[in-house]
Amino acid sequence: MKGEMKARVHVTLKNGVLDPQGKAIGHSLNRLGFAEVGDVRQGKFIELELAETDTAKARARLDEMCRKLLANTVIENYSIELVG
Amino acid sequence: MKAAILVFPGSNREGDVAKAIELVTGRKPQMIWHGDGDFEKTDLIVVPGGFSYGDYLRCGAMAAQSPVMAEVRKRAAQGVPVLGICNGFQIVTEAGLLPGTLMRNEKLKFICGDVHLRVETSQSLFTNRYQAGQVVKVPVAHAEGNYFADEDTLKKLEDRGQIAFRYCSSDGTIDTSGNPNGSIRNIAGVFNETKTVMGLMPHPENAVEPMFGGSDGKALFESLVEALS
Repeated sequence: MKGEMKARVHVTLKNGVLDPQGKAIGHSLNRLGFAEVGDVRQGKFIELELAETDTAKARARLDEMCRKLLANTVIENYSIELVG
Repeated sequence: MKAAILVFPGSNREGDVAKAIELVTGRKPQMIWHGDGDFEKTDLIVVPGGFSYGDYLRCGAMAAQSPVMAEVRKRAAQGVPVLGICNGFQIVTEAGLLPGTLMRNEKLKFICGDVHLRVETSQSLFTNRYQAGQVVKVPVAHAEGNYFADEDTLKKLEDRGQIAFRYCSSDGTIDTSGNPNGSIRNIAGVFNETKTVMGLMPHPENAVEPMFGGSDGKALFESLVEALS
């Protein structure tokens, strides 16, 4: 696809929102001997291909995608990274 | 009372809700497929439980964006009552019809069994056949029923009487022992501001006949008949 761009979206739980899965991962790591592991937060990583060349436009559209579907802003934050 | 029940790929409690509604109204509800952007006008729309779209991304997130939900949003804005049960509760919160969200259960396990609920108000379409403070027993079956909303939202919900049900112990005490999933302030069900939309995690439709372990859920459907017929 001409003018293709890749975007990476990270979705994480907001600070203050309890993350039971992150906690369970942390406990398991501690049990495996990784005593240095403290707080663990789990999130999602989503990679998208975009037919867009304008980075400002791509960012605005991605922001809309995050708000409408990719993240639930009641409990989640998101960050957008554009690659190539 | 004419009712419509939405059906998504992965819904599995639509038949149970249909039976419960037929039991109190004597008429079969319409089943509406998720791809249908338009359907006959009804007095009530029910979003049933299940695993719509395989719970991909987040429970209810995909279903909330389906054509039928665009129509449900429109009708809810016009005041048509909407009841979301379990996955249906997750769908209507994702669709923005109710505040807050449902997160993974605190102990990460799928829970299935009877719970006690305290009815917080009888002043609604959905609860007028109950008494405020009444304790009822109904089943739950979910892995993501841990209700969460921020402090501002919780304050508004409590100030405006938008909490429908709270998890409690058998004597009605609201504490952690009666809370099966870690829901904030033991919240099991909430209303929107106008109390025309209600969502709850427990399954009142599975507690309508004594033969199947209890009938405490029946009054919810009778309340709707009382208000909407």
